[in-house]
Amino acid sequence: MDIIVCIKRVPETAEAEIKVDPNGKDIVKDTLNFDINEADNYALEEAVLLKEKFGGKITLISVGEEECEHILRMGLARGADDAIRITDEKFSELDGFATAQILYSVIKDIHFDIIFTGCIATDDGYSQVGPTLAELLGIPHATLVTSIEVKGGIARVHRELEAGLLEAVDIKLPALFAVQTGINKPRYASLIAIRRAASKELKVLSSKDIGLEEPRRKIKIESLFVPPVTKRAEIIEGSPPEAAAKLAEIIKEKGLL
Amino acid sequence: MNFELTKEQKMLQEEVRKFAQEELAPLAPELDKTGEFPKESIKKAAEMGLLGIIIPEKYGGAGMDFVSLAIVAEELCRACASTGLVITVNNSLAAYPILAFGTEEQKQKYLPKLASGEVLGAIGITEAGAGSDVAGMETTARREGDYYILNGSKRFITNAGVAGIFVVFAYTNKELKHKGISAFIVERDTPGFSIGKHEDLMGMRATANAELIFEDVKVPKENLLGNEGDGFKICMNTLDTSRIDIGAQAVGIAQAAFDKAFAYAKERKTFGQPICEHQFIQGMLAEMATRIHAARLMVYYAAFLKDQGKPRISKEASMAKWFASETAVEVTRKAVQIHGGYGYTKDYEVERHYREAKVLEIYEGTSEIQKIVIARSLLRGL
Repeated sequence: MDIIVCIKRVPETAEAEIKVDPNGKDIVKDTLNFDINEADNYALEEAVLLKEKFGGKITLISVGEEECEHILRMGLARGADDAIRITDEKFSELDGFATAQILYSVIKDIHFDIIFTGCIATDDGYSQVGPTLAELLGIPHATLVTSIEVKGGIARVHRELEAGLLEAVDIKLPALFAVQTGINKPRYASLIAIRRAASKELKVLSSKDIGLEEPRRKIKIESLFVPPVTKRAEIIEGSPPEAAAKLAEIIKEKGLL
Repeated sequence: MNFELTKEQKMLQEEVRKFAQEELAPLAPELDKTGEFPKESIKKAAEMGLLGIIIPEKYGGAGMDFVSLAIVAEELCRACASTGLVITVNNSLAAYPILAFGTEEQKQKYLPKLASGEVLGAIGITEAGAGSDVAGMETTARREGDYYILNGSKRFITNAGVAGIFVVFAYTNKELKHKGISAFIVERDTPGFSIGKHEDLMGMRATANAELIFEDVKVPKENLLGNEGDGFKICMNTLDTSRIDIGAQAVGIAQAAFDKAFAYAKERKTFGQPICEHQFIQGMLAEMATRIHAARLMVYYAAFLKDQGKPRISKEASMAKWFASETAVEVTRKAVQIHGGYGYTKDYEVERHYREAKVLEIYEGTSEIQKIVIARSLLRGL
């Protein structure tokens, strides 16, 4: 089973202090650490689990500058076989649609049974690349995937809906699955695998190589800003038991309990 | 000159940090409380290949260098010093002497087991009456036909309670003084070999530290490491190497304490502002960060010399070990101080780091011994 996993390098923002840069269209990234997007890491593990079961090859693809080679190499160390990085000066300020076009230009010439993406990127939160890429390739897709079982060319996938509901759908391969976090427990790369991955050659493709002059963009960022602080926030004072009692009272008052 | 880690070392650091923070750090307080050996964590570490970092691939190891071993020791000890120590001992005190001084048969027999974690390793040098004074040991090995008969005991042995392979030092000829010491590989189930008193330690409590007792233990002559009389040389060479890793453990423990103190200083308020705005606290944070930085560079440098195959690294290894271990004690002490009264409680982990740091100044050569090694190296023009 040949699998493609699309991964993205994103800044770790969960515990970092976020500031908007002077031009107001991006955040200050110099002081942030970067890593593979969380959901993409789960997508990769899902691919490795399927490869262990059915054999085949895993190809990683990422759009980005040289720094993103690190996440590709870590992906190789965790079980992928090949890695492709697509980079070009023209490929900056991408939205989900533009990224999907770039990925499509490469993937259309590669054999695959399944494409995995993460269900959302933690930086822009668009959730568009997976479904758009599937549409461009003319294959079915499922988003927010929480489990996959493949049998005779059909994948039974579970999708996470609102209010704790799960939907089960059967999808004919080839297909694209946008994976939800928590679907598995991503493994740690072994030291031997790290050694091999560190020296492996990566394939680097430019705009010319993939025959895409300039992707079309549908989203233009006008400005980024920190939401103004509203007066609705209330700090509950007191010892933990007192504060808990007050909190319970408020929840009750608002009719949430 | 290049201060950058290699691509491979950066990947290793990132992955081990992730593993250590996710899998080991949450267990550290409980292990400290119970002193229970971290069996499951060691199994997970073995799956990653952490038990055989410097063991070549042909013997089942990862075949990495000594800088990599230092990186791993730091990251593991930053999360859980006990688990970090157990793994470091397996690498640099059990596997290393066999790798450096063993016969091809010994390497083939023991290294794959140590690399896979099938059995853990330990080393027996220290005795009740012989710590810094290695040549003061009383354990003897008497040759009888195809065997050596070992008698005596060893104390304060990390991994003793769980290890299956022990590198043990004993006199084959006491008259020759330190030149009469030999090294042996002793298997756990050899008749007459038993584990004595379990040590109730101040820190590093989950390391199965105990006494080794040898009563007419018949060790086959094939298990002699090096030649008769090579023991002292093997011991010193092994300690030179492992002292780099003690330095790395120290950097890890110090970094853990610093991380917590730094976060706390930004959060805790006195006199209407976070305490990190007070100059006394800023002074402490600056000193802590600078000492850690210096210690880490010294550790990396000593490991780099080892990787270059330099025959004499005693001075640099001792400098790194001494400076880093005193840094760990100093930094953890300040971390407790920054936490104030809370730092003196078990609710905050800095008190554990403080207890853990202390032994670094004692084991594998006290700070005083390190200074003697450094001074003698200088006097010899090394």
